Amino acid sequence: MSGRYVAICVALAALALVPAVATVADAPFYTGLFARIMVFAIAAVSLDLILGYGGLVSFGHAALAALVIGFVSLRTSGVYFIMITLAFGQMVYFVAIGLNEYGGDDGLNIARHSDFGAALNLDRPVVFYYFAYGLLLLFLFLGNRIVQSRFGMLLQGVKSNERRMIALGFPTFRYKLTAFVMAGAVCGIAGALFANLTLFVSPSIMHWTRSGEIMMMVILGGLGSLVGPVFGAAAYLILESVLSRLTEHWQAVLGPILILVVLFSKTGLYGIFALPRRRSG
Amino acid sequence: MLEVSGLEAGYGDGRVLFGVDLAVGAGEVVTLLGRNGMGKTTTLSTIIGIVRAEGGAIRFEGAPIHDLPPYRIARLGLGLVPEGRQIFPNLTVRENLVATANRGMEAKGRWTLDSVLDLFPALRERLGSLGALLSGGEQQMLAIGRALMTNPRLLLLDEATEGLAPRIRDEIWRVLARLKEGGQAILVVDKNIAPLLRLADRHYILEKGRTVWSGVSAELAAAPELLHRYLGV
Repeated sequence: MSGRYVAICVALAALALVPAVATVADAPFYTGLFARIMVFAIAAVSLDLILGYGGLVSFGHAALAALVIGFVSLRTSGVYFIMITLAFGQMVYFVAIGLNEYGGDDGLNIARHSDFGAALNLDRPVVFYYFAYGLLLLFLFLGNRIVQSRFGMLLQGVKSNERRMIALGFPTFRYKLTAFVMAGAVCGIAGALFANLTLFVSPSIMHWTRSGEIMMMVILGGLGSLVGPVFGAAAYLILESVLSRLTEHWQAVLGPILILVVLFSKTGLYGIFALPRRRSG
Repeated sequence: MLEVSGLEAGYGDGRVLFGVDLAVGAGEVVTLLGRNGMGKTTTLSTIIGIVRAEGGAIRFEGAPIHDLPPYRIARLGLGLVPEGRQIFPNLTVRENLVATANRGMEAKGRWTLDSVLDLFPALRERLGSLGALLSGGEQQMLAIGRALMTNPRLLLLDEATEGLAPRIRDEIWRVLARLKEGGQAILVVDKNIAPLLRLADRHYILEKGRTVWSGVSAELAAAPELLHRYLGV
């Protein structure tokens, strides 16, 4: 167990203390902020699985129905794959805008939180927080198992040389589709959590810029590291929260920061704070 | 085991192969010789299915395979060690070997992680290293080891000694000799004729996408004009 591994465990464990600290400090705002971070971290981890390990740049990640979208779009690759997932994402977005009975462009207010009985009532911020935290840990664990598995190795092999993988006897399309669907399903769970958190859904969460935001979290945190995107989500949302209080043009500050991180560390925040990294390229 | 007859193939509108004939029998080591650009690599790529055959036939164990997708062809028991090694740089040595291992065959097949590492002791010391960090020679050993892990009935080697130090080259030839002793059928493309005259049973010479000569090692060794005319040596 390396020092890096211990540092990551400590950082993740520290997240468990957020509600307690926020209560003591009488700043419940932070429980909400970190709950948001958890939700986006789940989405970012799922995107990292296909982006960081499978090399699939998807802009339709915020939309569901991954099986259908994946089945069509995985027949392409490279720039075409990016464009077709973008097209699918936008298609779903505009369909959602057209659905007037669900609020259309204005979105839909949700009357209440999901209530899974007395033990798990997401109405209470602290319960929600730990529910999201538990799911994040679960998906990090599962993601790690997947990456270490033979399926994960094959996925990484496909990323570096798909033709070679086919010539070695593997129908790579099936592997990519499986990864795409798994990531889509996890991202869907993040979406359900997001709706619970804000009690509001609108087509804007399916807009491609939302997928782009999650992609930025992944890249900021560190591609192909699973845990990196958690830090990426945290950094992104904390920066957003801090900077937007200073100026309404907070994205003008965030942009250069993102560029600097990518410029100086190919592997994002994870690469800066948790060197040395075993995997690259 | 493998029979190629009248094979035609190419890339887009450009035809490269105009009639390649060759055969590899069980346990045989056969070479495919010829100058650069004569279609040796294209022949191997077409056999494995990466390049589509446009004419002729490829049969493996009697069954036609030229219409199958590459992954099915590989699963029938053809293992290609490609030109330029093409190992997975983002996987470790160990992962490179086990990721694509043919599990079904592993139980019955001879090649396991251990036996491959016995064949290439240098790889055993580097199991945890990323493929990208290996030397050229180590990468070549890894590429051969990876192909063996699929337990191929026929191993196809494309320029396996290209760009390697003489000492490493000798190591590769030594390994191929050992594989042959074990009954492994191998089809070799290489430019080093001398070691191949000792190692291989039979030879084919390609010229402009056609098989122009075939014969056994003794015949080729006794015909320096052939080597000069077709191989420029």
